[in-house]
Amino acid sequence: MSDETFEPRIVGFLCNWCSYRAADLAGTARIHYAPNVRIIRTMCTGRVDPTFVLKALALGADGVMIAGCHPGECHYLEQNFKALRRYQMLKHTLRALGIEEKRLRLQWASAAEGAQLAAAISEMTETVRRLGPLNWRDNWDEGDRYEQAIESLAREHAEALEVPA
Amino acid sequence: MSEREASPSGKGKLALYWAASCGGCEIAVLGIDDKILQVAEAFDIIFWPCVMDGKVRDVEKVPDKGIDLCLFNGGIRTSEQEYMARLLRRKSKVLVAFGSCAHEGCIPGLANLSSKEEIFQTAYHDTPSTDNPQGVEPQPETKVPEGTLHLPVFYDTLKTLDQTVPVDYYLPGCPPEPERIWDALTAILQGELPPPGSVIGATTTVCEECQRTRHEKKIKEFKRTWQIIPDPDTCLLEQGLICAGIATRAGCGALCPQVNSPCIGCYGPNEGVQDFGACMMSAIASVIDSDDPEEIERIIEQGIPDPVGTFYRFSLAHSLLRRGRLKGSGNGRVPVVADAAVEEG
Ligand code: SF4
Ligand code: SF4
Ligand code: FES
Repeated sequence: MSDETFEPRIVGFLCNWCSYRAADLAGTARIHYAPNVRIIRTMCTGRVDPTFVLKALALGADGVMIAGCHPGECHYLEQNFKALRRYQMLKHTLRALGIEEKRLRLQWASAAEGAQLAAAISEMTETVRRLGPLNWRDNWDEGDRYEQAIESLAREHAEALEVPA
Repeated sequence: MSEREASPSGKGKLALYWAASCGGCEIAVLGIDDKILQVAEAFDIIFWPCVMDGKVRDVEKVPDKGIDLCLFNGGIRTSEQEYMARLLRRKSKVLVAFGSCAHEGCIPGLANLSSKEEIFQTAYHDTPSTDNPQGVEPQPETKVPEGTLHLPVFYDTLKTLDQTVPVDYYLPGCPPEPERIWDALTAILQGELPPPGSVIGATTTVCEECQRTRHEKKIKEFKRTWQIIPDPDTCLLEQGLICAGIATRAGCGALCPQVNSPCIGCYGPNEGVQDFGACMMSAIASVIDSDDPEEIERIIEQGIPDPVGTFYRFSLAHSLLRRGRLKGSGNGRVPVVADAAVEEG
């Protein structure tokens, strides 16, 4: 489904030490990039619990980006490798739930790579735009479509289950 | 219980109900053995369809909050189950989600990977044991000369009890261990209950109850249970078996690791964990011994062919996402995104 007017909502978890600064740099350098990512600053990609990603998708995000320091440059030793393993594990599970793996992206971007991060954001925005809205809640929320069936039970019981004295 | 209604016998009123579940929870209640007599001393059991005769109509006639304690097992898959959940909520002072199905959806919740159509296709057409030459499927409404007959409506998505009505307490486990049931009943009888909304149980993990020795875990290859005979004394996860003891609430005494089988998570998430599968994914990802994206991918794909069944075996319905993406149209509903999943295959 390609909906040209659809503006994806992407949640970005950006590491404080690199990618968050890269986003800042992209801003101050006036690099043009898609405005679709809502940025949440984390201290490290290792802080990004899979719960955060699932919660973002459950609450209406169309995609999630996790961005942090390049391998070997994490400020907390090897936490970005942990992030890499979690990301792969998440993708594996999301796929099994019917969610396209391209809705989740792991991006390395150092504090100096404002242009690279901006390009990744624009690219991901286009990818998710092509995939279309996720609208996860509509997937399970059945609203009040069963209300009538439920209420009719009470009525039927009152009519049919009364044993005359 | 101080505010107990004065019934003719001076006892409290107890109800037990069974919705979308296997029935094991009903047996588990009887697992408390002769202590059931103490329960009968403290309570008049006014409704327990599995064990004694009783009519829904009688429950409907109980004044609101006229039942002191209701132990409700099973998830909510049909309009009738939702009706009973609402009814018993209204009539009960204390409503307990009893067992994994009511608490988290459990195995019936795994059917949230399919739509209603797919479930019916399997159940009424495809299984080898199905004999249904006319291809009959249950209909919510059937007209007969005498009038219209109704069957409960089957939902696309199984809900947990607390996704349906407010729940006071949770008793985890598939099924809950008799000792834990008795602990909970004693707490309720003595009015020594934790704050409403709590799980009545331990606040540590199965690992805490497990006697196996542990070292640093570094896994290059996950194993399925049929592939190895594990060493009986070493942590199963260290040996490559995916053991959910790390994320699962204690309470069973580590029954499965005791018999050389990994925990599969039936007691649900430990205190403070919102999404059991997320906790498992995080923990299992951490023990993978590789920094190379391709090797990591291979370890995961070869070792965990069924990630949802592995990480959400008991908790899919209660997870943040609640279900798999609907591809077909469930109950006549057109799915939100039809082609995207197909596009990527
Ligand atoms: S992971 Fe499993 S085998 Fe290892 S200590 Fe925990 S419960 Fe025991
Ligand atoms: S070890 Fe795990 S799966 Fe086995 S009974 Fe205990 S909680 Fe349930
Ligand atoms: S500090 Fe940036 S990824 Fe760890």
